[in-house]
Amino acid sequence: MNALGFPLLSLLTFLPLVGAAIIASVQGDERTVAQNARWTALWTSAIVFALSLILWFRFDTDSAGFQFTENAAWLDGLGIGYHMGVDGMSVLFVLLSTLLTPLCIVASWQSIQTRVREYMIAFLVLETMMVGMFCALDFVIFYVFFEGVLIPMFLIIGVWGGARRNYAAFKFFLYTLLGSVLMLLALIWIYLDAGTTDIAALMQHRIAPAAQTWLFIAFFASFAVKVPMWPLHTWLPDAHVEAPTAGSVILAGVLLKMGGYGFLRFSIPLLPDATAALAPFIFALSAIAIVYTSLVALAQTDIKKLIAYSSVAHMGIVTLGLFTMNQQGIEGAIFQMLSHGIVSGALFLCVGVIYDRMHTREIDAYGGLAGTMPRYAILFMLFTMASVGLPGTSGFVGEFLAIMGAWQVSKLLALLAASGMVLGAGYMLFLYRRVIFGALTKQNLKGLADLSPREVAVFAPLVVLTLWMGIYPSSFTVFFDQSVARMIAQHHAALAATRQLAGL
Amino acid sequence: MVAALNWMIALPELVLACAGMAALMVGVFARRDAWNTVSMLALATLLGIAVLVLSGEAGVGLNGLFVVDAFAVFAKVLVLLAAALSLVLALDWHEREGLARFEYPVIILFATLGMMMMVSANDLMSLYVGLELSSLALYVAASFARDDLRSTEAGLKYFMLGALASGMLLYGASLTYGFAGTTRFVGIAEALTAGPAPIGLIVGLCFIAAGLAFKVSAVPFHMWTPDVYEGAPTPVTAFFSIAPKVAALALFLRVMTGPFGPAIEQWRQIIVLISAGSMIVGAFAAIGQTNIKRLMAYSSIGHVGYALIGLAAGDHAGVRGVLVYMAIYVVMNAGAFACIVAMRRQGIARERIEDLAGLARTSPMLALAMAVFMFSMAGIPPLAGFFGKLYVFVAAVNAGLWPLAILGVLASVVSAFYYLRIVKVMYFDAGDAPFDARPAALSVVVAATGSATALFALLPAPLVAAASAAARSLVGG
Repeated sequence: MNALGFPLLSLLTFLPLVGAAIIASVQGDERTVAQNARWTALWTSAIVFALSLILWFRFDTDSAGFQFTENAAWLDGLGIGYHMGVDGMSVLFVLLSTLLTPLCIVASWQSIQTRVREYMIAFLVLETMMVGMFCALDFVIFYVFFEGVLIPMFLIIGVWGGARRNYAAFKFFLYTLLGSVLMLLALIWIYLDAGTTDIAALMQHRIAPAAQTWLFIAFFASFAVKVPMWPLHTWLPDAHVEAPTAGSVILAGVLLKMGGYGFLRFSIPLLPDATAALAPFIFALSAIAIVYTSLVALAQTDIKKLIAYSSVAHMGIVTLGLFTMNQQGIEGAIFQMLSHGIVSGALFLCVGVIYDRMHTREIDAYGGLAGTMPRYAILFMLFTMASVGLPGTSGFVGEFLAIMGAWQVSKLLALLAASGMVLGAGYMLFLYRRVIFGALTKQNLKGLADLSPREVAVFAPLVVLTLWMGIYPSSFTVFFDQSVARMIAQHHAALAATRQLAGL
Repeated sequence: MVAALNWMIALPELVLACAGMAALMVGVFARRDAWNTVSMLALATLLGIAVLVLSGEAGVGLNGLFVVDAFAVFAKVLVLLAAALSLVLALDWHEREGLARFEYPVIILFATLGMMMMVSANDLMSLYVGLELSSLALYVAASFARDDLRSTEAGLKYFMLGALASGMLLYGASLTYGFAGTTRFVGIAEALTAGPAPIGLIVGLCFIAAGLAFKVSAVPFHMWTPDVYEGAPTPVTAFFSIAPKVAALALFLRVMTGPFGPAIEQWRQIIVLISAGSMIVGAFAAIGQTNIKRLMAYSSIGHVGYALIGLAAGDHAGVRGVLVYMAIYVVMNAGAFACIVAMRRQGIARERIEDLAGLARTSPMLALAMAVFMFSMAGIPPLAGFFGKLYVFVAAVNAGLWPLAILGVLASVVSAFYYLRIVKVMYFDAGDAPFDARPAALSVVVAATGSATALFALLPAPLVAAASAAARSLVGG
C-alpha cells in the first residue's frame, strides 16, 4: 500500500467502470435514459478528475521513483502481478486523461443524440483503459490496457462516426492491432529472459545487446503506429475525420501519447544500446514526418484532416526530442505531448463547434466567422497560436526545448525541426484566415450563434492550461525533471557498461 | 505398472454408461413425450458425473488400459461442461424445430462417455474404443434433423470422412503395435527410448497424428468442418465445436507427449505444420463467409491452430497453454453459439451474418454479449481470449518456436477482421427487425458465459493453477 493509505490509482482506473455499470442499469424511456447517462457520466468523470488532483498535490517532485504504488497477486502461474504506480513521466498523463474525459462528455452533450447510453459507457470504459495504461507498472497490465483502448474507440468511431466510419474504424483497429501483437511477442521474450514483467525490476535487467535491436523493432511496430510516425500514420487522418468530435479529442489528446509514452517507458530504458544505435533512424523518420506532413497539411480542404496531419507533424517533434537523450530534448518531448494533448484536443473541439452548427468540415464552406462569432474567433485564435508555437503559449515551450535538444545532436536536425514550426505557422494561419476572416458572403453562415455557455465551460480549462503552461512551464516540468534525469543517467551508464564489456 | 483391474477408477464412466442406458429406457417406456424428462435426467447425470470425476482418485486401472490423472480430470470436467452447455442450448431449439425426441440427450450422454474414455485412454485399444463410441454418437447427432437434407448430408459427410480418419488411425495403431510389440502407451514409449526409433513406428505415428488431426479438424484434415457445422442443427454444431474438440485435443496431447514423447523431434514438425496451416486457413477462409455457422467453423479451425502451438512446444508450459486455451475456448464458443441459437425471427432460425444487423438496438444485451465473445476470440485484452493466446505464445517463445509465434500473432490480426465484421454488423449497420423472445435458459447461458469471458481477467488464478497441475501430471515439470 502507498502513503495515502488507500489505492488511489486503482480507484481512478476502475471508478469509471462503476459509472458505466450504473448507466447500463438505468431503465426507462429513451429520453430519461439519455439524460441520466449524460449526468452520470459527467459526475463520474468529474469525481475521477477531482480524485486525480490528489496526484497533483501529493506527488513528491523531488523523487525519481515510483509513487502511489500498489501491488497484488494476479497471474500466479506466470509470476505476473498487478502493479500500479506513477512517476514523473506518467503522472501528468494521468491528469491529462482525467481532465479531457469530462470535457469530452460535456462537449458531446448535444451533438450525440442517438444511443447516448452506449456512448457514455464507451467513454467511461475508454477512461478506464487510458488511466490504467498510464498507471500500469507491469508490462502485461500495460499491454492489457494499451490494447483494451481499441475496443471502445472502435465502437466510438464506428457507431457515431461520419460517412466512411466503417473503413476508418477497421483501419484504426487492425493497424494498431498489427503493431501491438508484435510488441506482445517482444514482451513475452523479455518476460522469459528476465523472469518478470514488473517494470521497476525490468529496468534493472540487462538485455543482451544483440537481442535489443529485434526487440526495439517490435516495440517500434507498436508505438510508432500509435504515435503515429511517418510512414505508419495513414490510419490517423481517416480515424480523426470520421470520429465524432469527442472521439477525435481523445484520439489526439491521449491515444497518440500512448505511443510516445511507450517509447519513454519501455524502448528507451529497457533497450539502451538499440536506442543509441537506432536513434538516427528515428530522427530521419521524425524529420520526414515534420516536413512532409506539414506540407500535406497545407493542401488539405477538410479542417479535421488538416489538424490530423498537423498532429503527425507535432508528434514528429516529440519522437525527435525523445531520442536526443538529453534533458532538454526529452523534457521538451514530454512537454510537447502534454501541450499537444490540450491544444489539439481544443482545436478538434473548435472544429466540433462549427460542425455541430453547419454539419460540414470543408474549409471552403466557411469564411468570415469573426463577425458573427467573435468569442469563437478569439478562442480559435488562441489555440491556433498555441499550435503554431507562439511564445507565451504551451506549444512554444515544448517545441523550443525539443529543438534545443536536437541542436545538441545535429544542427541539421534542429533546422529541419524548426522548419516544421515555420510550415506549421503557414498551414494554421492559412486555415484560420479562410475560416474566420474574409467577407461573410455565405448566406447560411449569417445566422450562426456564438459559443453557448456550455461550450465556453468546455474551453475555459483548456485556455487556462494553454496559457499557464506557456507562461510558467516549470510548474509542470518540475514533475518530470527528476525522472528524466535519472533515465538519462541510466542510459549513459548502460552504454558505458556495454562499451566496457566490448573492451573499448 | 499395476496390472490390477481396479475398476473403481472408472466409476464415473461406468455410472455414465448405466445412466445413459437408464435414460434410454425411460424414454422408450415413458407413456408420454419424454423429451423434457430425459433432457433433465441427462443434465442431472452430467452434473453428478462431474462431481464423481472431481472426487475420484488418480491411478491406473482396467489392467493398464485406463488412466486417471489431474490432466484427465481437467479435460473431463471441460467435456462435461461443454456437453451440459450445449444440451441446455438444445432444450428450446429442438422443440421449436420439431426435433424434441428423447434420443438426443441419450446420444449426447453416450458421446460424452466416449470422450471421457478417450481422455483417459492409456492404450491404443481403449483409445480407439472411446473414439469410436463418441464418433458414432456424433454422426447420429449431426443428422438428427433427419428430414432436413442439409442435416442428413452433414451426417453422411461426417461419417464418410470420419470413417476414413478412423481407418488411418487404426492403420497407424497396427503399425505401432507391429514395431513396438505392444499397444500400451508405456510400452510404446519404452520401445522408442530403447534405441533409434524404428521407421515403422514413425510411420505409425504419422498415421495416428493424421487421424487425430481429423478429429480436432486441423488443416489439412479440416474439409468436413464447414459443411458439417453448417448442416447440423445449431445446438449440435455448438456441441461439435466444443466437446469433441476438447476431448480430441486432450487425447492428442496425451498420445504425443506420452507414448510418442521420446519422438518429439519427429512429431513436432507435423504439429508445427498443421498448426500453422490451421491458423492460416482459419484466418483467411473465414473472411468471405456469409453464413455465421460456417464462419464459426473456420474460426474453430483457427482456434485449434492456436491450441496446437502449445502441443508443438510439448513441455509443461505448452500443455498448460493448451488447457487454459481450451477452457476459455469452451466458454466463449458456447456463449457465441448461444447467441447464434437465439437468432430466430418469426419462428424461423436465421444463420446469415446480415441477420444480426441492428442487433445493438433491438436487443442490446445479446449484442453486447456477442461483441464480448467476438473481441475475446480475436484475442483483445482484457477479455478472456487474450489470456488463452498469451499462455500459448509464452509456451511457443519459450520453446523457441518463433515462426509459429509470429505466424500466430499475424493470423490473429487477420482473424480479428472477421470477428470485427460481426461487431460491425451488430453495432454499425441499421436494421430494426427484432429476434423472437429468447427462452430464459438461453439468456442464462449467454449471461453466464459472457460475464465469465469479460471478467476472467479479475480472477485468472484458479483456472491457471488447475491447468498447471494438470499439465504437470502429464509431462512433469
